[in-house]
Order: sequence, then C-alpha cells, then structure tokens
Amino acid sequence: MFLTTLKRVIKAGYLSFKRNGWLSTATVMVMTMALFVLGILIFLGALTTTALDVLESKVDISVYFVSDASEENIFSVKREIEVLPDVSAVSYISKDGALEIFRERHRGSALIIEALDELGENPLEASLNIQARDPSNYSAISTFLLEKNYPAVDKINYFENQVVIDRLAAIFGTVRGGGAVLALMLAFIAVLVAFNTIRLAIYTMREEVGIMRFVGAAAWFIRGPFIVNGILYGTIAAAVTTLIFFPLAWLASPRLLLVLPSFDLFHYFLANILQFFAIMLVAGIGLGVLSSMISIRRYLRV
Amino acid sequence: MLPTNSSEKLVSFATPISYKFECSVLNAVVKLYSLRLHNFDIIGMIFFDNISKQYNHHTAALRNVTLRIQPKEFISVVGSSGAGKTTLLKLLIREEEPSEGKIFLDGFEVTAVHRRDLHHVRRRIGTIFQDYKLLPDRTAYENVAFAMEAAGRRDEEIHEDVPQVFELVGLTDRMESFPHQLSGGEQQRVAIARALVNRPDVILADEPTGNLDPVNTWEIIKLLQKINELGTIVILASHNKEVINTIDKRVVVLDRGMVVSDQERGKYLL
Repeated sequence: MFLTTLKRVIKAGYLSFKRNGWLSTATVMVMTMALFVLGILIFLGALTTTALDVLESKVDISVYFVSDASEENIFSVKREIEVLPDVSAVSYISKDGALEIFRERHRGSALIIEALDELGENPLEASLNIQARDPSNYSAISTFLLEKNYPAVDKINYFENQVVIDRLAAIFGTVRGGGAVLALMLAFIAVLVAFNTIRLAIYTMREEVGIMRFVGAAAWFIRGPFIVNGILYGTIAAAVTTLIFFPLAWLASPRLLLVLPSFDLFHYFLANILQFFAIMLVAGIGLGVLSSMISIRRYLRV
Repeated sequence: MLPTNSSEKLVSFATPISYKFECSVLNAVVKLYSLRLHNFDIIGMIFFDNISKQYNHHTAALRNVTLRIQPKEFISVVGSSGAGKTTLLKLLIREEEPSEGKIFLDGFEVTAVHRRDLHHVRRRIGTIFQDYKLLPDRTAYENVAFAMEAAGRRDEEIHEDVPQVFELVGLTDRMESFPHQLSGGEQQRVAIARALVNRPDVILADEPTGNLDPVNTWEIIKLLQKINELGTIVILASHNKEVINTIDKRVVVLDRGMVVSDQERGKYLL
C-alpha cells in the first residue's frame, strides 16, 4: 500500500514535471542561477582566503647589507632578530643567491641578462627576509632594527613600503568581515528568488490542488508530487550549475593565475568537484523541497 | 416529522468518537450496519439538520434548512441565483462550514469530521461542477484513474474499472485525450466518470449543464438518470426549468436561503 502510493506520487511528480515543460525549465533556470550565486560565493571564499594568505606572507621586511659585509656579521644580526617574539621567520639570501633569483626572474628578457653579464660583477646585496607573526608587528620590528643601527646594514625597505603594508593590513581585516556579510546577503537574495519562483509555479497549480482535494485525495497524496518536483528542480539545477562551472573555471583559471600564482581555480574545482556537487545538491534539493512544502500549504486548506 | 430525540441519539453516537478517529468511525459505521439501519429510516441517507449559513452579518445564504434524502433518490434543488443551491452542496462536501446545524451522511456526522480526514468523506461523494474541473495536464483516463489512485485502490482494480466507467459515459474512444482536446459535453462526461468511479453513495451535480448546448444537456441529464437508476443518490442543483420539469422527480425549491417547497415528482415553480 505504502509502496504503491510512493510509486504513484513519484510518477505523478515526474509526469507533471515533464508535461509542464516550460514551467519546469523556467524554475530550474532560476534555481540554477541561485545555486550559481552560491557556487560563486564558495569560490570567492576560497579565493579570498588564499589571496589573503599569499598577500600576508608576501608582506615582509628586507634588510639589505652593504656589499662588503661578512657572513658572520650578517648571521649575528639574524640571530638577534630571530629571538624577537613578533618575528615568525627570518631567511638569509646571499649575494649569489640574490643574483640567481634575479636571473631566474628575468630569464625572459635578454636585455636585462645581457646588461648583467656586461657588468661583470654581482651588483646585488645580501639580505635578510623577516616575516612577522602579524602584519601589524612590522613597524615594531623595523623600529627595533633602526634603533640598533647595525653598521653592516645598508637599508631597510620597510619604510619604503610602510604605507602599502599598513593599508594592506587594514584591507585584510575589512575583506574578511565584509566578505562574509556580503556573501550572506547574496545567498539570502538567491534563496528568496528561487523560493518565489517555486511559489509561483505552485500558484499556477492551485486550482488543480483544489480539484484533487474535492476528488478525495489526502493532503500528502497531493503534496507528494510537488515535493518530487522540488527534488527534480534541485537535482537538475545542481547538475547544471556544476557543469557550467567547468568551462568557467577553465577560462578564468589562467587569468587568475597571473594575479595569484598560488591559486589554480580549475585545479581547485576539479579537486573539490564531488564536494561542490554535494553542496549544490543539498542546497538545491533543500531549497526545492522546502519551498514546495511552504508554498502548497495554503492551497491544501480546502 | 423527525423526533428531535432520535437526532440527539445519533449525535451522541457519532460526536465523541469522530473528533479523533474519523477513519475508524467510518469503518465502524459500516460494521455496525444494524445500528445504521436503525437510524436510517428515521433520518435518511443524507440529513441536513437545521442548517444555517451566514457569509456575513447582513445576508444569510441558508436559513434553517432541514432536508432528508433517502437512498436511490434523485433530488433537484432549484431556485434563482443566490438562493443557496450551491452553498447547500458545498456544505455537504465541507467546502464551506455551516454557521449552525449538522449534516449526516450514511449515519455519521460530516460536519464533525476533522479537516485532515475530509478526504474519507469526499471519496463517498462524487462531485460534478459546471466548469468540469478536470486536471488539465492529465488525460481523460488519468483524470478518472486519479480518483481511484487517491483512494488507494490497487492497480488491477484501476485497469479494470476505469474503462468500464468510460463505457458507461460513452467515451471509450476518447480516454487518451487531454481535457483541452475534448468538447464541453465530453469533458463533463469525463467528470461524471471520475465522480462515479469510486462507487460513491451520492453524486452532487452543481449546474452540470450550465455551460452546455441543449443536445449535450440532455445527454448529461440522461446519464445522471441512468446513474440514479443504478442506485446512487443524485443531487442536482439547477435553474434550468425545462430540465427539471422533464426529470419529473423530487424538487426542492430554495428562495433566499429557505426551503419554500419540497415535492415528490415536482415542477420548477418559481
């Protein structure tokens, strides 16, 4: 008895989905858009996190040493800096190391390499790269270096970058907080739009609901097919959204790599595709079923 | 006339249980056949017990209507628009709630059934409307089958009964058509097939010929008469004088919500 009813409910839901082709298509499309927004938000979340991490790790202080500074001299400075509580890491780049990095970075431009070769000697200075635990610690660290006034130190680049660094630190905080609020708002709007579309779809069916009641159908026998419809809307929309993200991620990936070399969008998408589809599926089906249940309530009261 | 105490006896039988166990009441009523028969002669198959319905403070759609309808009766309810015909029918299927009074069907109180269990009552009443009310995205066959599916009947029964009822209404060759592919008369016959298929106790027909031409009107009326001859109560609400006079069965005349005439083999008087 229960199985027969379940079979009938599923069949009725499927048939009404098929026979109201345009309505179903329109609803699936709106739902896809809602899920698309959710998907974008997921990616944006991952992107900002990566970008912020990268940027934060990029912010550092470089201390350059005069050309004739001995390695012992430099290492003694390094040891002194390392013990500071605000410092998370200090890395040493020798003159030769700096030259190698320089050559690597400008491998493509023959002009620069030629000019370097013509120079004959290594014009670059050895340096210490200091990373703080928190971007706001940098000014304290640079002040410390300045007060020590090491004779071997040629220049500290913090003061050149100070404005940029401070501004970035402020932006990081804002983006983290504001992003979450914006994401919530967008998600809310998307959900509202999808909900209203399903409500409209059921509104067009309100007379049928009444007829079914008069013919003697129990409430759940009428509600069932609409819930099946909601599941179908959600599943198809989730699948379509996931498919749309394939070419999109593939196209956006190389452009993003230019800006943010450590974030490969397409790889990230491929690596998390099952998880992504699952989230879309849960959101889609949840949205479809809930909207259907809420919308049909009032028309069942006959 | 109905002795008031017998109605009270019936109420005391139906009311206390019906709030919680409507379904079981329906079954119990069938099982307690003798008890039902006992009340049956007194109150009839359908009993409107002093029904009043007010939509607002100024106008009353029905005023103190008491009607008893016996098994196998064909009863026409006539009156001008707004006399309360449709309201009377709507009360029986609980599309509207009465302001006062009770309604009994086959010994149980329709007006006491919980909203959630209304479908049990409605399965025993086949309803036919002026505007047919077929499901537009289902074929004629599926429309009729839906009533059986909703009632939880087995697939084999459905495969067997639906063609039979289509044969009865003379639409065997249009079973796979959608409503919009059928004429008004054909749609109404599908609606009748749907109303009939669960073998209801009563067929309610609210202006069933209101949208039809004379030829189709007569076919529908003949069909209703045939259904009645097969043993089902038919309650026909109409203001078609010619139709009512030709049927030559019981006629109840409503005027401004009151029964002004109730005659066996009556005529349309107004």
